[in-house]
Amino acid sequence: MQRRGFLAGLAALTLPAPSWAEAGSPAFLAAGKGGEAFVLHGLSAAGESVFDIALPGRGHAAAAHPQQPFAVAFARRPGVFALVIDCRSGQIAHRLSPPDGRQFNGHGVFSADGALLYTSEVIAETSEGRIGLWDGVQFTRLGEWASGGIGPHDIRLRRDGTLIVANGGIATDPTDRSKLNLATMRPNLTQISAQGDILAQAELMPELAQNSIRHLAIGRDGRVAFAMQWEGEPTEPVPLLGLWQPGQAPELCPARQDEAFLMRGYAGSIAMTGGGKIAITSPRGGVVMIHAMDGSPIATHHRTDVCGVAARGDGFVLSDGTGRLWSCDEAALRPLRKDGPAWDNHLVTLTT
Amino acid sequence: MMLRALGFALLFASPALGDTAEVVKDHIRAGFQTFADQTRALSEVDSCDEALLRPAFQDSFDAWMAVAHLHLGPAEQGGRALAIFFWPDPKGQGWKAQQKLLAADPARLDPTFIAAQSVAARGLAGLERLLYPAPPLAQDPCPLIHATADDLARTAQELAAEWGPFGALMLTPGAPGNTRFLDDSEVRQALLTQLATGIEVNADSRLGRPLGTFEKPRPDLAEARASGRSLRNVVLSVQALQDLTRRLSPDSVKTQAGFDRVLHLARTLDDPVFAGVADPQRRLKVEILQSTLRGLRDTAIAELGADLGVGIGFNALDGD
Repeated sequence: MQRRGFLAGLAALTLPAPSWAEAGSPAFLAAGKGGEAFVLHGLSAAGESVFDIALPGRGHAAAAHPQQPFAVAFARRPGVFALVIDCRSGQIAHRLSPPDGRQFNGHGVFSADGALLYTSEVIAETSEGRIGLWDGVQFTRLGEWASGGIGPHDIRLRRDGTLIVANGGIATDPTDRSKLNLATMRPNLTQISAQGDILAQAELMPELAQNSIRHLAIGRDGRVAFAMQWEGEPTEPVPLLGLWQPGQAPELCPARQDEAFLMRGYAGSIAMTGGGKIAITSPRGGVVMIHAMDGSPIATHHRTDVCGVAARGDGFVLSDGTGRLWSCDEAALRPLRKDGPAWDNHLVTLTT
Repeated sequence: MMLRALGFALLFASPALGDTAEVVKDHIRAGFQTFADQTRALSEVDSCDEALLRPAFQDSFDAWMAVAHLHLGPAEQGGRALAIFFWPDPKGQGWKAQQKLLAADPARLDPTFIAAQSVAARGLAGLERLLYPAPPLAQDPCPLIHATADDLARTAQELAAEWGPFGALMLTPGAPGNTRFLDDSEVRQALLTQLATGIEVNADSRLGRPLGTFEKPRPDLAEARASGRSLRNVVLSVQALQDLTRRLSPDSVKTQAGFDRVLHLARTLDDPVFAGVADPQRRLKVEILQSTLRGLRDTAIAELGADLGVGIGFNALDGD
């Protein structure tokens, strides 16, 4: 056993590490449902599938290893497992289970060098947030940090190596996702150092405490854009997009008054282009809204069940629940591809 | 074998599929035209007499209930559905804005000026506060009533006009440049979504808001309470949704029966503004109506979904 491990380690040292090129060099990863089957696709920038791999259940988000062709697919909440998939063969390379009493909470991200995988987790009983640390090669559990809040969902890495966590604030029942604390929830944004220390935190103003901060996009300058889901009175027109420079107060970016209810209080995904343009999507409202760098709305497009969004050049790629992929900028929505599976919530950009 | 299979397929081809064109023409466009006509009639009442204004207001509201569930397209552009009827208004934004308008110089109150006001102050909700005030208004509401009615009629006219081209988009799915509807199933899905959401609004808002909780019922939150329309709005909305269902899926027997049951319960409720929600016995009847509506929604999604070969959005239904 010792010897085999040693030899395997030696082999890993001597063989060149596998690369994404061996899995068709996808630009994005996306989970979906085709018929009754769940799949993970690798997609080219033009939306063509370069691979598709069967998943044992409905996935939520995936995390892509920055160099090697491995994707970690997270089960939907309450997540009792995550799968490390070798995207060359479709084989499950590792199956990750959170430690006793912990649950995965939907998202994860690798460190820039791929040595570490960070996962958003909760203590099942209390929904208190944890960031799980895993070895990015062997996928063994290394430890965990406090996430700085309740119910962390998305986590993202900044170029300076710090993590940004969206602590959604919602405590859920450990068995069935029912929400337990809507009257007292207090979501926050937390910046965590590469050593696990909380560097900065930001909360919303008290009247927006029921606006769950759930998804994140990071700009080249480290600026954080965050998308929210409103758990309060549905007739309140609340902002669903915000911007945060850690150390400062978050800035909220309301929709135009006449479009304040188009998203039905629900932003499902967010992406930011290199130039700083931001898109948020709402499958409930069937809309994507594009914003300028300062968060002011510049365009709205309607598209049934649209949710996944990723930056591509100066615009975005979108996926929807009818199996279509789109490219989009402020001028228009343009079809890229039809006949895919019903695309699930997120399009994950590969960092390579 | 091939022949038998073919014969089977021909004999048992899908049940009578509704006609999308008929939905667009006879349900949607006709409904918005009636709404435009009724609001024009209201705007043409050249009098400050409540006895003349109120019936025209009631007719306009009736016409709105026949189309209020159609949120897609023109009604969602520019917040028009909200400008037509802003409800609920938990912070009383509409009345706050209207008080300023009542104090303003009446000469400024033209429809263009009204169109630039908060959506909460405009439309049917604004008119209801002026036509059924409690307590009586300190100022003469007549100039504001006329300006609000003119603005409403103009908005209604725009909706009726724009359903021409938007209806055409629904009828030509997949045509070049039509990114809104890519094939016929998307049109059916959009209509099924309107249907399911429409039923939900009746259960969750029109009934749910006055029901509040058992400990804290909120009869004061009933929709269109001042004009005595709370229950009538539910009945008219459900009738409109049943009409949509009949055209969309003529063979949906279970859903039709569900609509009949809901309408029977609603018509025999005898509680026009849901004042009974504060009384345990009478409250129960409203709760039964609410749960029957929720059951109807599930039945409709299951039965029409299967019939139309579509579901409610994969992501819309199940967020994270």
